Amino acid sequence: MNLQYIGLEEVNGPLIFLDNVENVGYEEMVEIQMKDGELRHGRVVQIDGRKAAIQVFEGTQSMSLSNMKIKFTGKPMEIGLSTEVLGRTFNGSGDPIDGLGPIFVDAYYDINGTPLNPVARVYPRNYINTGISSIDALTTLIRGQKLPIFSGSGMPHNELAVQIVKQSKISESEGSQFCVVFAAMGVKNDVADYFKRSFEEAGVMDKVVMYINVSNDPIIERLLTPRCALSAAEYLAFKHNMHVLVILTDITSYCEALREFSSSKGEIPGRKGYPGYLYSDLASMYERAGIVNNSKGSVTQIPILSMPNDDITHPVPDLTGYITEGQIVLDRDLFQLGIYPPIGILPSLSRLMKDGIGAGYTRADHQDLTNQLYASYAKVQDARSLASVIGEDELSPTDKTYIEFGDLFEERFLSQGIDTNRSIEETLNLGWSLLSLLPKQELDRTDDALLDQFYDNKAAMVFFNIIDKPIIKEIGSIKEV
Amino acid sequence: MSQAAIYSINGPVVKVKNITGFSMLEMVFVGNNKLMGEVISISKEFTTIQVYESTTGLKPGEPVYSSGSPVSVTLGPGIIKNIYDGIQRPLISISEKEGVFISAGSDVEPLDKKIKWEVSFIVKLGDHVQFGDIFGTIQETPLIEHRLMIPKGIAGIVVEIQKDGFYTIDQVLLRVKDTSDVIHELTMTQRWPIKKPRPVSKRLPMSIPLVSGQRIIDTVFPIAKGGTAAVPGGFGTGKTMMQHQFAKWCDADIIVYVGCGERGNEMTQVLEEMTELIDPKSNRPLMDRTVLIANTSNMPVAAREASIYTGITMAEYYRDMGYHVALMADSTSRWAEALREISGRLEEMPAEEGFPAYLPSRISQFYERAGYMETINHRVGSVTIIGAVSPQGADFSEPVTQNTKRFVRCFWALDKQLAYARHYAAINWNLSYSEYIGDLSKWYNKNVDIRFLKNRQEMMAILAEETKLMEIVKLIGSDVLPDDQKLIIEISKVIRVGFLQQNAFHKEDTYVPLQKQLRMMDVILYLNKKSSEILRDGKTFSLVAKTSLFEKVTKMKYDVPNDQLEKFDDYFKLIDTELGQIR
Ligand SMILES: Nc1ncnc2c1ncn2[C@@H]1O[C@H](COP(=O)(O)OP(=O)(O)O)[C@@H](O)[C@H]1O
Ligand SMILES: [Mg+2]
Repeated sequence: MNLQYIGLEEVNGPLIFLDNVENVGYEEMVEIQMKDGELRHGRVVQIDGRKAAIQVFEGTQSMSLSNMKIKFTGKPMEIGLSTEVLGRTFNGSGDPIDGLGPIFVDAYYDINGTPLNPVARVYPRNYINTGISSIDALTTLIRGQKLPIFSGSGMPHNELAVQIVKQSKISESEGSQFCVVFAAMGVKNDVADYFKRSFEEAGVMDKVVMYINVSNDPIIERLLTPRCALSAAEYLAFKHNMHVLVILTDITSYCEALREFSSSKGEIPGRKGYPGYLYSDLASMYERAGIVNNSKGSVTQIPILSMPNDDITHPVPDLTGYITEGQIVLDRDLFQLGIYPPIGILPSLSRLMKDGIGAGYTRADHQDLTNQLYASYAKVQDARSLASVIGEDELSPTDKTYIEFGDLFEERFLSQGIDTNRSIEETLNLGWSLLSLLPKQELDRTDDALLDQFYDNKAAMVFFNIIDKPIIKEIGSIKEV
Repeated sequence: MSQAAIYSINGPVVKVKNITGFSMLEMVFVGNNKLMGEVISISKEFTTIQVYESTTGLKPGEPVYSSGSPVSVTLGPGIIKNIYDGIQRPLISISEKEGVFISAGSDVEPLDKKIKWEVSFIVKLGDHVQFGDIFGTIQETPLIEHRLMIPKGIAGIVVEIQKDGFYTIDQVLLRVKDTSDVIHELTMTQRWPIKKPRPVSKRLPMSIPLVSGQRIIDTVFPIAKGGTAAVPGGFGTGKTMMQHQFAKWCDADIIVYVGCGERGNEMTQVLEEMTELIDPKSNRPLMDRTVLIANTSNMPVAAREASIYTGITMAEYYRDMGYHVALMADSTSRWAEALREISGRLEEMPAEEGFPAYLPSRISQFYERAGYMETINHRVGSVTIIGAVSPQGADFSEPVTQNTKRFVRCFWALDKQLAYARHYAAINWNLSYSEYIGDLSKWYNKNVDIRFLKNRQEMMAILAEETKLMEIVKLIGSDVLPDDQKLIIEISKVIRVGFLQQNAFHKEDTYVPLQKQLRMMDVILYLNKKSSEILRDGKTFSLVAKTSLFEKVTKMKYDVPNDQLEKFDDYFKLIDTELGQIR
């Protein structure tokens, strides 16, 4: 199989074309030996009779039709893995770049992975306590979930991801070990450095594997980066029973690389120029999260993506939301108000939380509290838009309480320090205190027994120190009638 | 025909050159691993094949084998309770054989060949039988009697028949001699091409609802048995939950649930829940009436295209036994995208948004396979189709939503704003419709109550009124409205939160019988009537609002258990007393 070929038919973007090849397999890996000694890698992406199209990971710069030798390796792209990857840093195609030399290899994995059999999956049910109120209470993260952060340029998604890693009590159960697999795709160097520094400061660097493809690295390699990372994650989770948290950033750069590759292949573009198979391509990564029935480990994914123009209907966030198990959406307005983390809760969702919260997991009242907070906060938006038309003074007393509730919800509940770690009890109680500011009859999503237990208007007003606010007085009197 | 060999490979699309022996839609086996595929176009030079499995590692020159028949499924006992991929490979057997991952070229029989089924014969020696006739029965699960039917193309006299007893699917049960004296051997199984609808004797009018226990469906936008519905909505608006609710609670005899290009965990979840949930009528797990088809988003895309047809063919097969079958397809958009992806690889001329020009005809052919039928053996059976649609950017003007809308008669439009406010089911009552109300009115009048549709009408009128008022409220607030309009706003809130909104995770609220739906409407409308009487007496609305009535009525869905409907009487009394005090 080790046939060598010299000379190309054509070079086009990241693709090279060869003629008169024999016995080449679809998606087979190739090695390209440049005249100057440099070794590049590629993959067969199309075969037409004796013609083959090869995608070159490191890019085709300085290639001519004759200055290289090409060798077909006879197998798909694989990555060598062992537990030695922990603490190490690799480039996007899985080669070490930390100067510590090659790793010992225990197993080779096809980076494309293989679909998980749905009957071998275990439905994820254990929640991860992140210590962040808006996540724990409203978009609870579940071990084995894929829960992306939808962000926009300049917003603190990286800080949030780091805070989740630092504060997650993912490690404390069943003796399984915790680790982080981090993949950077097309981000700036300082973003990669920020993560590295943060992991070091948190003292977890020996539990972190990094795959780095920064913005000036080859774009084709960017398409391999998350696949290398996910292969490592699967290896650590399913072979070594570890709880693996995978952070993938930035999915938008990844998709742009895919778009570039697709157009160089001359494929018919879909929406905004992205290929029609973008959904399937993203799914082939996101679906590599979960828990399986023959291992104690888990793969939890937190992909980060920046929404171009903060537009959630852009194909990248849109298709992502259709595949992932919810989304955490950062909100520009909250960010500008100085609220951290600026999580816009209405469009945010955790699809798996319902089975991982409540008695035995968090607390029995959790689901009702969540439902009510969402419903009430949705009404805040109505009250605010009415206020912007008729003026806050003209609002009905009930609408005024909603405004007050909304402001405090954002300032006291959503907003928390980058190092603040709130317990689930604290978070849930804070939620009830906020709801207690609203007239009781407005709380129509909760069980009456829970209201008896948790609703306490007076205490809440003292707690938030607003007992003397005139508007609250006005509401008090409304309720008396 | 000489041995065909692979010429080119592009993703799931493989071409064979200069061989003309293949036929359109024929099933073929590709490469040394015999990956399953289907012929999708033929020209003088090239035969094009879509491969249902990953083509990684495939090489030009590897053989392509003809099968001589179109892509088909095996029909017989053992389908119910099973979970298959898009091309009818049983996922449980695969995982027993291969572990947690599915590899390409897995070769596992769709039906268990070792099980001995107890057959009772219905025909006897000398009987004349033909296509569709039922010749024997098997208790496939405690809920489902499997009725063995004569396969297509066979008609004649029974010349040999086994005794009642236990047989495997491969054993010959019956020998039939046709008019040209050819003898046909029949087993329990038959094959059927997935893209060809199974014939019926005739279509019957639809007159019975598929009852789901979901208020906004049964009361507001009902679907008939044999009908078609689309559930379009952006991500997170509740399409899958709606499909799951139907799979769990609807009163079909058999459920075919097709997870087409969606999440793996969701299939795991249906499988778990259906195995655990007990059907109250029969005291058996719901899985006893269910078959799952799981071609998740990370499985090969061509098999995703096939999964929809595999599901509908199984549905028709059970319909022909005389059952009411409901098929859920989540999501038909992923199926349409599979068509687009293959079409793109074929470099066909795209129509709208890259979708092939034949998209509308494919969608209509699929929904046309639904219906309330007199089957070929003169029984009555139906197939109801409920398809989820996942529009890009939640924009309903995109091609899949628009073309689906043309061919279905129920449109349950899910609304992002409602979902954001956690008002589930997030069906927007202004954009949605059901064209079955007329067909079903007789049934509701007779089987529920003559009040049912009247109440519905009245409730919808109030909501329509509210929609108009909200335009004003948005501009000036509700405080300045006259009292009778304030009442409309408050009652609408009760209707929206107390009736339309339904919590799938609440043990009473997840399924609500029609009688309870009726009584809830009674109470709400009674509250409306009595309150407006008070206003007409010159009392102010704030006096009415001060009572606890609106709150109490809003929460009655939780407070009145499904089996204690007499508790509704208390609400009428309560309304009389509390409002009486105002007088
Ligand atoms: N009827 C319902 N009751 C309670 N929650 C619901 C209901 N429908 C949807 N949800 C919530 O919405 C989330 C998303 O619903 P899902 O059906 O998965 O959306 P889609 O399939 O449209 O993306 C669910 O995880 C659940 O939390
Ligand atoms: Mg869904």
